[in-house]
Parts: sequence; C-alpha cells; structure tokens
Amino acid sequence: MSNPLALIGRAATYLALSLAAFVSVFPFVWMVIAATNTSPDIIKGKATPGSALFANIGTFLNSVDLPRVLFNSFFIAGAGTALTLLVSSLAGYGFEMFRSRFREKLFGGLLLMLSIPFAALMIPLFVMMANLKLINTYQAIILPTVAWVFIIFYFRQATKAFPHELRDAARIDGLKEWQIFLYVYMPVMRSTYAAATIIVFMMHWNNYLWPLIVLQTNEMFTLTLAVAALSAGYTPDFGLVMVGAIVATLPTLIIFFLLQRRFVEGMLGAVK
Amino acid sequence: MGVGVAQSGLARKEQVSGWLFVMPALVLLGIFMIYPILWSLWMSFQVGRGMAFSFGGFANIIRLTQDPVFLRALTNTLVFLAIQVPIMLVLALLFASALNDSKLWGRGFFRTAIFLPCVTSLVAYSVIFKSMFAGDGVINQVLLGLHIVSTPIPWLADPFWAKFVVVSAITWRWTGYNMIFYLAAMQNIDRSIYEAARIDGVPTWARFWYITVPMLKPVILFTAVISTIGTLQLFDEPNLLTQGGPSDSTLTLSMYIYNLSFRFMPSFGYAATVSYVIVVLVAILSYIQFLVARDRRA
Repeated sequence: MSNPLALIGRAATYLALSLAAFVSVFPFVWMVIAATNTSPDIIKGKATPGSALFANIGTFLNSVDLPRVLFNSFFIAGAGTALTLLVSSLAGYGFEMFRSRFREKLFGGLLLMLSIPFAALMIPLFVMMANLKLINTYQAIILPTVAWVFIIFYFRQATKAFPHELRDAARIDGLKEWQIFLYVYMPVMRSTYAAATIIVFMMHWNNYLWPLIVLQTNEMFTLTLAVAALSAGYTPDFGLVMVGAIVATLPTLIIFFLLQRRFVEGMLGAVK
Repeated sequence: MGVGVAQSGLARKEQVSGWLFVMPALVLLGIFMIYPILWSLWMSFQVGRGMAFSFGGFANIIRLTQDPVFLRALTNTLVFLAIQVPIMLVLALLFASALNDSKLWGRGFFRTAIFLPCVTSLVAYSVIFKSMFAGDGVINQVLLGLHIVSTPIPWLADPFWAKFVVVSAITWRWTGYNMIFYLAAMQNIDRSIYEAARIDGVPTWARFWYITVPMLKPVILFTAVISTIGTLQLFDEPNLLTQGGPSDSTLTLSMYIYNLSFRFMPSFGYAATVSYVIVVLVAILSYIQFLVARDRRA
C-alpha cells in the first residue's frame, strides 16, 4: 500500500483536485469581494474587500426595477419549470410504461430531435410568435420549452428503475392511470424530479438568447437580460453589475444546496 | 373466446393510455420544433429582406461561399469546438475517476466545489470573467506578481487571447456538469473488476484506460454529442464577454444568425441558410461520433 510511487500519485491527485476546486470557487469569492469595491478598483484587480458595497447596491437599485425584474424571472422560471416537468415526465413515463412498436419508432425520432439546434428554430419561432401577437409576453418565452426532448429522455431512462409491481398493485386497487401517475409514480420518483428541477430551473433562469429576441420592453426584462444590459460595453460599472451578478446567482445556488442530496440520487437513477 | 375479447379490450385501453401520456409533449414538439425546422428549410431557399421574399433557388448557398463574415464565424465556431470540447471532457473524466475512489478524503467537498460553477447564473459568470480578465485585472496582476509574464496580456483586446478567454469560461462552467454524468455512470461499474485488476498489478492509468473508459463509452458518447451541439450553437458567452470582437475573432455562427435576423436589416432567408449549416454540422459530427464509438467496441 505505501510504496513511494503510490504516495506520489496520491499527492498529485490531491494537488490536482485542490487546484481544480480553487479555480472553481475563486470566481465566486471574487464576485463577492468585487461587489464591495468601486469599478476602477475592480478592473485594477483589487482583491481585498472595499467600502463601496452600499454605494453599489444603491446604484444597482436605481438602474434596475428589481421587484419587477425578479417577478418576471421567477414567474418565467417557476411556471416554465412546473410545465416542463409535468409534460416531459408524462411523456417519459408514457414511453417507458406503455410500449408499442409505433411509439418506439417515434421515440427514436425524438432522439434525433435532440440534435436540432435552437439557432435553426429561432427565426421561425420569432415569426410564429409575431403572427400570434405574442411578442413581449411570458407565453412566448415559456411555450417553446415545455416539451423538452432532453428531459423526456431523462425521465424515460429514470423510469426504467420504477417497479412495475407498484403499478400493477395500484391497478388492482382500482386506481386510474392518471391517479397512478400522480399518487404513485411522482412521489416514488421524487429524486428524479429534484434533479430535473435543478437542471430545468437553471435553464429557464439563465435563458438569454430567446428572451433577448422576444422580450422588448424594460418592464418585461428578466434579471438575466437586465444584468446583461448593464454589463454591455467595454467598461461597464462593474461595482453595480457585481451586485446584479450576486442577485442572479443566489436563487440557483439556494435551489442547488436545498436539493443537492436528491440531485445526486436522481442523476444516479437516470444514468443506469 | 371471452378471454380473447377481454384481452383485446385491455390492450386497446393500454394503447389509449399510452397515447394520452405522450400526446401533450408530441403536440408541443410538432408546433415548436418540427414545424419551425421545416419552415426554416423552406426559408433557406428564399431571398429578400424583411417579410418580402421570393424563391431564390441556391442563391443563398452561393452567397455563403462568398461571405467572408460567414466563413470567419464558421472557422471560429469550429476552433471553439475542436479545442474546448476535448479539453472539457478529458478534465471531467479525470476528475470523475479521481472522485470515484471511496478512500479519497474530502470527496463530497471536491465534488461540490467542481460542480459549483454550473450553478452560477450565466450573466454572473460572464461579468465575473470579463472583470477578472480586464487589462489591469486580477488575472494579469497575479501573472505579473508571479513573474510568469512581464507585460499584461491584452486578454479581451487581442483576437487569440479573446478566444482563449471564451474557451476558459465555457470550460470553467461546464466541466463539473459533465463530471456528474461520469460519476453517476461509474457507480454502476462493478468494484470487483478494479479489485481484480489491482491484485493483478495493473497500474492506475491502465485501469483508467482499459476499464473505466470502455465501460463509460455510452455516457462519453452522450456527453460528446450534447457538448458538440452546445458548442456549435454557442451564443451567450461570446456575446456577453466580447460581443464577437475584437474584429469578429469570437463571432460564432449563432451570433451571425442573430445579427442577420435581428440587428441588421432582417434577412431571414439567408439567416435560415446559415442556421442549416449548423444543422448539417451537427448531423455529420454526431454521426462520426457514433461511428467512432461503435468501432472501438468491436
């Protein structure tokens, strides 16, 4: 066990992992420190806390209608996540638990859709939304992401671990199919839902390109769009932008730490 | 007879239930994916500006070959792909196999730390990187302080270094995400295989190369395809970090499509043609990746 080569290898592993952990975490520390410094200090690389935090918060609140922007972001991400999880898990469950030769072929076609890039959809979707008079609305943002092939695929994979005996028992007890889904499947698969919640919520929360195209007035802007607008240009006011960055990161960070344990379990289930 | 009728009634009920469960998703995918992608294909043969267009045959495809901005965006996108995806997947695989060791001290900490970047908001990390890589910013201060460089590196003002910053930012953000897929798949590899190899004196690198990598092939393929698709339609990071500059050195295909459709006088037909270049690239590269994965299995 303790031959010198193995020891060196062990030390190298720890060194590499520590370096990776440092590189991964440092930008977060930097973000928090930078929020307390003035913009000139930030671009001079000042890595010690300063005294400009409240000034930065003040200018941030003056340049962004925070309650409005937060509401937009939470509404879009919340409603979007709920609908995506519902529709995509229904489909994943349906494809796995009710097999038919035709649906298997459809599922193969679905997997091909995984490789349709959004870049090829954005112009037709924009024209479609313009024709439906849905530009600058929440629906325009949420609707195209509700049926999400990646998440359908994820739920189908995870459903392979769902015991068929549970469904059979529920049928004998006289439950209808939708009741089985709602009262048996969903509670049993809560780790899968937790992992999917993290992925889907973050995708909705961070969505940038599509809202940039569809949302056109300041009062519809999401936090992502508002902070992006403030950070445009060669030298934005980094002090206030860092406050925005912290506000934008906190929700996803909190959700991650709340669901972390379930997240790992859920991922394990899906990759089996 | 009676049993047969009951059976077919049950089978029909199964069929109906199966369709009901998948129908909402199928309808939405039809409206928001199939219809747009076909519309896009039809559009790519139209020429004209705004909503006034006419059939142009292969005019857009000919225009592609003579458009220096398109060729530059295509080159940039392929450079990002060729450099970023392999680096990220190899790093993710190495971290995952190091963290898969149950005797490793601080596993949970390292795993959370390396995964943490993909929890940051997109704008937040773009802003953070933009400020850290400023001309006199913290990265240059550290490099100067450690005497690694003698003059500050013009990160965002130089075409080469701007590409470097974009690649670093994406790698920082997504390595942990891919690592989680590998870690999850590694839980399913039978530990006794490793034990047997260890007892037989197989060195660590060989256990990694001859056991871990082949066992993870499906997941590696999956992450390679997903990352390739993601990088081919790269938009957010270059748009937020460099706005495509300096002098179009970080302009990607998606940014060019966006510019053609929503920033310049809209040229939907030509933009649709450019978007089909991405579709074709995705198709070809996914196919090659499948072939490579199948080859190595034999």
